Amino acid sequence: MEIPYTVSTRPDTGLWNAKVGIWLFLASEVMLFGGLFSAYIFLRLDAPPGMWPHGLLNVPVGTMNTAILILSSVTVVLAWAALKMRRYRAYWWYMLATILCGVIFLTVKLVYEWPQKFDHFGAYIKPEALGKYEQYLGNEHAAAKGLPPRLEITGHLHNRAALTDPNIKEYEVYLDPVNADPTNPAMDRPHFLYVPPTHKLAPIEKEDVERATMFLPTHSAYFASYFTITGLHGMHVLGGVLVFIYMWLPVSKKLYQRNPEHLANRVEVAGLFWHFVDLIWIFVFPLFYLL
Amino acid sequence: MVGALLLVFTGITVALSYVDFGARKANIAVAMLVATLKAGMVAAIFMHLAAEKRLIYRILIFTGFFVLGLFWLIYLAWYDYPVFH
Repeated sequence: MEIPYTVSTRPDTGLWNAKVGIWLFLASEVMLFGGLFSAYIFLRLDAPPGMWPHGLLNVPVGTMNTAILILSSVTVVLAWAALKMRRYRAYWWYMLATILCGVIFLTVKLVYEWPQKFDHFGAYIKPEALGKYEQYLGNEHAAAKGLPPRLEITGHLHNRAALTDPNIKEYEVYLDPVNADPTNPAMDRPHFLYVPPTHKLAPIEKEDVERATMFLPTHSAYFASYFTITGLHGMHVLGGVLVFIYMWLPVSKKLYQRNPEHLANRVEVAGLFWHFVDLIWIFVFPLFYLL
Repeated sequence: MVGALLLVFTGITVALSYVDFGARKANIAVAMLVATLKAGMVAAIFMHLAAEKRLIYRILIFTGFFVLGLFWLIYLAWYDYPVFH
């Protein structure tokens, strides 16, 4: 049976069906992400001072990924326009560019950004032990400057076995710059460029630690929302890429030869989804990377 | 082109986050304002909402209403907790 109104408009809506369908789907997506964003706002507003980390993400890499996603939004519009002008060759190339942008975005996320988090360590110090670690925290300096208190020591965990072995009594941490030199005014604000942990090794006794984890969702409400929202967004990017690959493969050329307008409409609908994914990222990027 | 403009705005967002507007709230407000502007550009031009049929607008008005309701619930719930404000 032929699906009706793939190309021609339906009299009562004035639109072809898939157009209405994708907008209804995007409306439901707004609610899906809206729920997560409101959870983020709630967690963030209620976070006690010093409990919402800043500057843990790599800003230049995030900026680059934002640019890649915007670029891919442009190429998908160009691909659609090329189809409308019946230039299949140009369409094929623009589509390839879009797919590559999506793949680069995901690769950066999964191969670089996330693993770097999984490899980073943080230990929240018990309130009564904060004084003992003042040389790494610099809370007097922070208080004098009106900065939020520093409750966590972060860096590269040298003895990873300490996470699981109860016989090891302390964590040996190669300190992040802010903990290596906490009273340096340059550390008052997050760095633009990512600065790796220093070679300064600090022992942190387990009994002084409230909670210590790698930068996983268990680390804090911040990382829980970061991984949930960027993970869901990443799955949307993956979905978009798979659909684009299907439209780029020779299978779709057959449709083009039979009914080019039908393929153009498919690309338009997939493009609408892709722009929506781009739009979500436009909010995710400043919320998690910059603020 | 819109794409280039969006890239410029991305740069502006990054730059502005290193400017201190006096309060964290002000910085968040500015960043969200720029993001909303960018999102508006994506929706109006890339998603060609600027020239779309009325039915689509109706769906979107409906969505906007409910998503604002969702955020309003958060605002209500905020005062339910005896925590650090």
